[in-house]
Amino acid sequence: MSAVVAEHDDHHDDHDHGPAKGLLRWVITTNHKDIGTLYLVFSLAMFFVGGGMAMIIRAELFEPGLQFVQPQFFNSMTTMHALVMVFGAVMPAFVGLANWMIPMMIGAPDMALPRMNNMSFWLLVAGVSLLASTLFMEGGAPAGGWTMYPPLMLQTGKALPFAIFAVHLLGLSSIMGAINIIATIFNMRAPGMTLMKMPLFVWTWLITGFLLIAIMPVFAGAVTMLLTDKYFGTSFFDAAGGGDPVLYQHIFWFFGHPEVYVMILPTFGVASTIIPVFARKPLFGYSSMVYATASIAFLSFVVWAHHMFTVGMPIAGELYFMYATMLIAIPTGVKVFNWTATMWKGSMTFETPMLFSIAFVVLFTMGGFTGLMMSIAPSDFQYHDTYFIVAHFHYTLVPASIFILMAAGYYWLPKWTGHMYNEKIGQLHFWLSAVSVNILFFPQHFLGLAGMPRRIPDYAVQFADWNMISSIGGFIFGASQLLFLYIVIDTIRGGTGEKVTDEVWEDAHKHGLEWTLPSPPPYHTFTTPPTVIPTEHI
Amino acid sequence: MNKDIDTKQKNTRLVRTLVLVAVGMFGFGYALVPLYDVMCDVVFKKEKPGIPVAAEEVSYKADKNREITVEFMTTVNQAAPMEFRSETKKLKIHPGEYYTVNFYAENKTDKEMAAQAIPSISPGPAAEYFKKTECFCFTEQTFKAREGRTLPVRFVVNPEIPEQYKTITLAYTFFDNTEKSVK
Ligand code: HEM
Ligand SMILES: [Cu+2]
Repeated sequence: MSAVVAEHDDHHDDHDHGPAKGLLRWVITTNHKDIGTLYLVFSLAMFFVGGGMAMIIRAELFEPGLQFVQPQFFNSMTTMHALVMVFGAVMPAFVGLANWMIPMMIGAPDMALPRMNNMSFWLLVAGVSLLASTLFMEGGAPAGGWTMYPPLMLQTGKALPFAIFAVHLLGLSSIMGAINIIATIFNMRAPGMTLMKMPLFVWTWLITGFLLIAIMPVFAGAVTMLLTDKYFGTSFFDAAGGGDPVLYQHIFWFFGHPEVYVMILPTFGVASTIIPVFARKPLFGYSSMVYATASIAFLSFVVWAHHMFTVGMPIAGELYFMYATMLIAIPTGVKVFNWTATMWKGSMTFETPMLFSIAFVVLFTMGGFTGLMMSIAPSDFQYHDTYFIVAHFHYTLVPASIFILMAAGYYWLPKWTGHMYNEKIGQLHFWLSAVSVNILFFPQHFLGLAGMPRRIPDYAVQFADWNMISSIGGFIFGASQLLFLYIVIDTIRGGTGEKVTDEVWEDAHKHGLEWTLPSPPPYHTFTTPPTVIPTEHI
Repeated sequence: MNKDIDTKQKNTRLVRTLVLVAVGMFGFGYALVPLYDVMCDVVFKKEKPGIPVAAEEVSYKADKNREITVEFMTTVNQAAPMEFRSETKKLKIHPGEYYTVNFYAENKTDKEMAAQAIPSISPGPAAEYFKKTECFCFTEQTFKAREGRTLPVRFVVNPEIPEQYKTITLAYTFFDNTEKSVK
């Protein structure tokens, strides 16, 4: 680190020092690597908090009847599980990766707006803490589902205004994070790093950033209307005052559908970064990947009412939203094709990051297929609000977004820490996760098709067997994730003891600028821009 | 160093634009409210749920050969302190003929109460053929302490209603509006 300090003495206060001493370093830091670490550690912690809630849900559903919790608390658990996972775990994890990797991938010394970066992280912590505090309020935490539909949501007790304010904070944090990422990508690229030479992770985040700026304010507006309906006598959604609860669903899903793409686009980006390295081939169809990402993002704004096929829309609306939704499968199919083609005849090796990425390609595709089934409006009347849709979105989120986050962890941990993780335990973690995730979620397709509604703590005995199997899968999956925690801590503390090289993975330097830096990279990197731009990922 | 200042300016400009976009999208969320009404009215010609208005009394040619069952349902929103029931549960009607049915609502509290009834017709596509010329749902109803009242509804089903509709359900929900009306 001292070498770095000696090298630079420009006037920027945060450039001529290493990290501040002690714990305060983490509070006041404006360094992209520190903030990236903060985001990642925070999201890992929230992954376990949200996971704990999932364990409560699966324990209650292990058998029919009420075993452990009351229905109200059960519904709080499904609501809070979703909110914590979406806003506390998956989204912050990708922001963390963006912070760590984007400057290193485009040859920038830091994020464009380092102070705002610090603020968005702490707003996130404030938002999630506020949300969590509702668990202890009179009337319990919100229990109306993560979609917060009125009039049910308006029956929340004292927690309602706090939950809504938490959403405002989380939205503000995401918007600030998105602005920062866009500014970094537009203004901080090293000379020669043209847009069409950027790694796909950077591309997908650029597009996700625009999605976030467009949708988070709409969500903030929707919950603000809920708030004024409840406390200030407006009637946006209150039928008795001339409002319409279905309007809320339209506004919510205008946000909600692009929101699910906020979680999947960076996933696509990481997968497109990892697969070529372990297939030892350039990514197949780089520019088609960029265009596919952009078209998915664009289409995501015009398909929202596929979540509302059963509200009694006019037939023309049903048909439009049905066909528009089916269109999304095309660019998504292009991506799956490209990942497969990248692996085709590659000299593949199967280290843990690659295993998770391959499982992602296979299992995400299954989630896409069930999505396609539900996009058929007349069929969706059967699937809607059953466990079938629970199976659908968990296939697109757990063995997709979460698996790719795991892959990213294994892929970049050696770069971040300078230590190698334990490959044996990594592979054990992979196989346990990959098998148990299917035991957990696959039976939910059958439950849904047989008619089991979502968000219920008790159910007809005909659903007993598959629920028990699903719960067993859930417990194995939950326990397996402790291996990941162990590996992360172990790697930070030295791992296998093997000293990793700069590029860590064979020939990785051809795939990204980050592999041309030492492992771990010094506190400040690329204070002078790099001269050679790797293009093997293109 | 010059480049540094340049980047700073570019950042400021970009941030300003993006913040404007975010603020604009917040406004767009609110703009969806009137837009929704316009879509319902103009594009889909569909009556938006909410407080309905009276249909004009038109005389249709009654279709004595057809019979449709109309069911009446009553609900009180969020356990509001009211009694609310329909005096007729089911009625066989001929399209084109006018009928009057009575509902009964009672304020169970010792205070004055304002309440609004919201109708809902299913199946949805039958709604446009179901016309109410007189209904307690057109305006907010006020009840004195403990007051109970009979509330008539006069309706007709347009004989142009497609053959497939054999049963229509008219459901009312009473919302306790006392708090909102005071404000
Ligand atoms: C080919 C792509 C996809 C199609 C056609 C599709 C289609 C659908 C449809 C029609 C529904 C509504 C089902 C219902 O409520 O009856 C739905 C729900 C959902 N989808 Fe997808 N989907 C796709 C991909 C994804 C992806 C990539 C994600 C997330 C990463 C995702 C996350 C969700 C979530 C979270 C819900 C449920 C929301 C809720 O009601 O709580 N989907 N999808
Ligand atoms: Cu959707």
